[in-house]
Order: sequence, then structure tokens, then C-alpha cells
Amino acid sequence: MLSNEDLMWMYRKLVLLRQAEERLVQLSNQGKVGTLLAGVGQEAIPVGAVKTMGPHDKWAPSHRGVCDMVVKDGVELKYVYAEVYGKATGYNKGKGGSMHLASYKDNVLNLVGIVGGGIPLATGSALAQKKQKTGGATLCFFGDGASNQGTFHESLNLAAIWKLPIVYVVQNNQYAMTTAASYAVSVKDISERAKGYGIPGMTVDGNDVLAVYEAVDEAMKRARQGEGPSLIECKTYRWYGHHAGAGADEQMGWIYRPAEEVEEWKAKDPIPRFEKKLVEQGVLDESKKKVVWDEVNAYIEEAVQFAESSPWPDPAEVYTDVFTDYIPS
Amino acid sequence: MSQLMFLQAINQALREELRRDEKVILMGEDVHTGTFGETKGIFEEFGPERVMSTPISESGFTGTAVGAAIGGMRPVVEFMVSDFMFVAMDQLVNQAAKTRYMTGGQATIPVTFMALNMGGGAAGQHSDNTAAYFVHTPGLKVVMPSTPYDAKGLLKSAIRDDNPVIYFMEFKVFMNREEVPDEDYTVPIGKGIVRREGKDVTIVGAGYANYLAMQVAEKLAGEGVSVEVVDPRTLTPLDEDVILGSVAKTGRLVVCDDDWRQCSFASEVSAVVAEKGYVYLKAPIKRVTRAQVPVPHSPVLEREMLISEEKLIKAVKEVLQ
Repeated sequence: MLSNEDLMWMYRKLVLLRQAEERLVQLSNQGKVGTLLAGVGQEAIPVGAVKTMGPHDKWAPSHRGVCDMVVKDGVELKYVYAEVYGKATGYNKGKGGSMHLASYKDNVLNLVGIVGGGIPLATGSALAQKKQKTGGATLCFFGDGASNQGTFHESLNLAAIWKLPIVYVVQNNQYAMTTAASYAVSVKDISERAKGYGIPGMTVDGNDVLAVYEAVDEAMKRARQGEGPSLIECKTYRWYGHHAGAGADEQMGWIYRPAEEVEEWKAKDPIPRFEKKLVEQGVLDESKKKVVWDEVNAYIEEAVQFAESSPWPDPAEVYTDVFTDYIPS
Repeated sequence: MSQLMFLQAINQALREELRRDEKVILMGEDVHTGTFGETKGIFEEFGPERVMSTPISESGFTGTAVGAAIGGMRPVVEFMVSDFMFVAMDQLVNQAAKTRYMTGGQATIPVTFMALNMGGGAAGQHSDNTAAYFVHTPGLKVVMPSTPYDAKGLLKSAIRDDNPVIYFMEFKVFMNREEVPDEDYTVPIGKGIVRREGKDVTIVGAGYANYLAMQVAEKLAGEGVSVEVVDPRTLTPLDEDVILGSVAKTGRLVVCDDDWRQCSFASEVSAVVAEKGYVYLKAPIKRVTRAQVPVPHSPVLEREMLISEEKLIKAVKEVLQ
């Protein structure tokens, strides 16, 4: 059972993700950072899923949701922003940027910029956990587009035959770039694809943080107990287009979503929905809410300051980190 | 010391490394039977936990091995025929090669990919030498032994290396035998060797091309031509010193490469010598490579396309003119 403290943790993280991502879009519009794969609208999935993680679990986030990784305790937004700015203080020393962020020490594996490319890597993480008997499992995030890649199917098959401790979480936000899932995915619910690999699959409301939590929690427990992989589809929607900020879809002339559809989904915003529940349960009130938003906004401004005042990398750093023991020229 | 065939030396190295380090696991298609003999008997010794036969899912198991390496294992992936690597190119080039760099050094990826260059005999999709694609790619080390001794020593180095290493096996030297120490030893990655001393011309070649160069050197010695043979053993990082040192001595270079000519390893060696060893050269550099066409089936057509002793001898004589 989630305690009131857990619920407030979830609320704070939802607000943090929303505000951190929106701020980044603003910075992109100001020309301070490049185009972004913003995850605004999808926050309930990382928050609900990551809440299930134990100390030995690992998480491979998707590349949509630049700031998603700050859901994991220990990850600091200032290093995420610094990375997006290309500064030396970023998580990846300015070598990865928004699509390859990682904080291995916090059990957050790197984002992967190739759609579906990270699914085998996360599957390998689970294989290592199983071989080393760590008792942990891996959470693997990706989108509806990735579920059409061969790597998705190959990985689910491998994880099933080897009973790997992994939970595949597909964030079905209805569009792969500009192509609708209703057109490109052969099934109505992506979770149906689990049947093809003989593993449990379920679809949940991806804008309901508690529904995500419950489904992923059960699947993670099964994974840790050696009962193998699961596939959980979280249906959601991205408020921005494929690109947000500089070079946003609208600027590119990519018109593919009816305005009513966007509005319909905005009405299903996961944050007010959760707020309402918390207020009803007496966990949240206006003054507590204000404290959370104020703290989050201050934390974000500190991160912006940190990123902007951080040094650029030394150009000589371009040659390092290719190999452990050899520096190319 | 034992007389071992190349493939037996590989088998011995795999067994010794599997015994030495429990983080080493062997993965690949049909590794439980050992398609060409190099993994024969290993499944029986180590069982399914250490020797994991995979479904035919090159992208899936390649990426899984990379992920497992990041997670603390030391996987060895056997690709059977190297042409199959193309199926896993995203995982090899975008993931295995770049992840350490992209994460600013957070990822350490001790994975070995073994792949067999058939060298012909199986037409367009089972006969390629895929090394050049990976020599081109930053973040991968590429080795290609030509002798049983190096096959064992380089495989051990590859498995113990903390970076992705692609280990090419050349089928045309798979049955070659030589004395191989029974005890543990390694051949360092990044170090080439002068396999035969000579003074008139240098032939650089790795794997089967090196074997061919040694045959040619022996033949030409009978005609009074003194050929020096350099075996780079590692294609990247390349031991430029051993190549430049030899060219400084002979003044002539033929690069033999059992691969297509364009953007090949032969091209790279030629460019290095042209840039850094031009002053030593008494004649233009020659490349002996496959013709720039897919490998054909008919032996008559294939002979025209592949490298051969005759083609190499002809090239050596041309640079000596």
C-alpha cells in the first residue's frame, strides 16, 4: 500500500517533470538549447513505474521525456540541463545530449536515440541481473513506434525463453513521429503482442499514475521472483508534437493531429486528476500544493542557472571516453 | 605445446576463459553444436547457463550481449558467418561502439564479437569479409589473427579487454596447424609483427591475406626476390609503426586484403603510408583486393573476383619494376 508520503512523492515528481520539461521547451524557443522530444502529458508513466523500483532495479527510459530521469531519486535536474546545454558538468560530459542522457550510478541506463534500439540493451541488463543473481529487475521504456521494430519482437522472445527479469513498458502516445499508431500498429492494444511470446500483457490508462504503479508493481514483483517478463501498455498522449521548442512540428508544417484530439487529451491531464484524488483523500490542500509548485519552480531555476553558468568542455575532451584504454586521434 | 588447428586454438581459448572468469558467457546461434567446430564440446563442459544458444535474432542477441556487458558480464558473441553481422548493424555501430562515448564514459562494455569470414565458396551472402565496416567505426577494436598461436592469444586479449572487440576468424586458415602453448598467454591488441624479414618489398596483410603473403614470399625467394611480410594482427587500433618501419626498410608496399577495394583496410594502410611514409617509397603503393563486385557462385567467376597467389605475385613484380 502506498502511504501518504508515497503519494506526495508521486505528486511532487509529476509536477517536477511537467515544469522541468516545459521550462526546457521555453529555453529551446529562446534558442538556448536545440529541439526536444518533450514528454509533456506523459508524466504519469515514469512516475508510476519508477515508484516500483527497488535498490537493485534498473531503468532504461525512452528518449521521449528529456527530463524523465529526474523521477529517480538521486538524479539531479541541474546535470540533466547542463547536458542538454552541452556543458562539461552534464551527466554525459556534453557528449550525449538530450537523447542519450544516463546516470548509471542511480541505476538509470542511457536513453537511446534509435527507436527500438534500446530494447535489446535493457534485455541484456536483465540478463546480467539474472546471471549475477542481484535480485533486481529492469524496467524498459519505449513508445508505440518501437513496438513495430524487430528488436522489440526479438527481445520479447529472448526474455520469454530465458525468463528474464524485465518489464517492458510501452508508452503508447498514439504517434510515432507523425504516423498514427491506429494506422501503423497491427493490433488495437499493443499489449496483445505479449500473447505472441507467451508472456503476460496488459493495457492501462497511462494518464492514471496509480493504475500505472499498480500494473508495473505487480509485473516487477513477478520479474524479481523469477517468473519472467511482462509487457505493459500505457495509453497516453504527448501534448507537443514530435519536436518541441525550436523546429517544432508546427514550424515544420507537419500537420497530422486534429486540434480537438489534442484538446480532448489535455482534458485528461494526469496532474489535476491525481490532485483531485489527493484532495479528496485529504492528502493535499491548496497550501501544500503551493509549497510543492514553489519548491519545484525554484529547483528548476537553480538548474537553469547551473547549466548556464557551467563551463564548456575542454576541446581535448573530444578524444576521451571512446575506449577505456586507448585515445584515438 | 600441442599441434593445434586454428579452430582448436580458438576452442582452447574459449574454454580457458570460461573457466577463468565466471562472468564470461558464450552466446550465439547453434553454439551448443559448434557449427564450424570452434565451439565444439564447450556446451557439454559448461552447460546452458554459460553457453547460451540463441534464436536466429542477430539484433536481439547482439544488443542483449551489449546490455549484459554494461550490466557487468563479459559476453562473447559468436556470429557464425560474418555476413550475418549486417542484420545487427544498429546494435554493433550505434549501440556497442558509441554507448561508452555518448554516456561520457559511464558505460564499460567488455564484449567480444566473433565472426567468421568464409573467404568465398558460398556466393553473395555467406562470403564477405566485414572487417572494414568496423575499422571505419570509432569505439570498436578489430582483430584478425592469421595463425593458431595468435588465434588463441588474441581471443584471450579480446575477452579480457574492457571494450567491444570484434574478433575475425578466417575460414581459409581454419585448418592450418602450428605449435600452440598449453599454458595461458595473450597476444596484445594493437601490436603487429614482422612475420618474415625481407629487403625488397613489404606485403601487409592480415588473416588469410597474411597466409597468402607468406606463401608468395616463399615462392618469390626462389626467384631471388626478398619479401618482408607484416601481419598487423589488429586492424584497429592499427600498429602503424610496424608498417612504416618495414616500408622504411624496403621502400615498396603491396597491401593484400581479402575484401573489396573501396574504403577497405587496404585503403587505410595505403593512406597511412602515403601520408606518413611517402619519403620511403621508391614505387607507387599497390593494393591486391577482391574486385568491386559481390561474390559470385561459379568457381570460374569467383576466381576472377577473389585474391590469389598469382594476383599477389603480379603486384609484387609490378612494384619492383
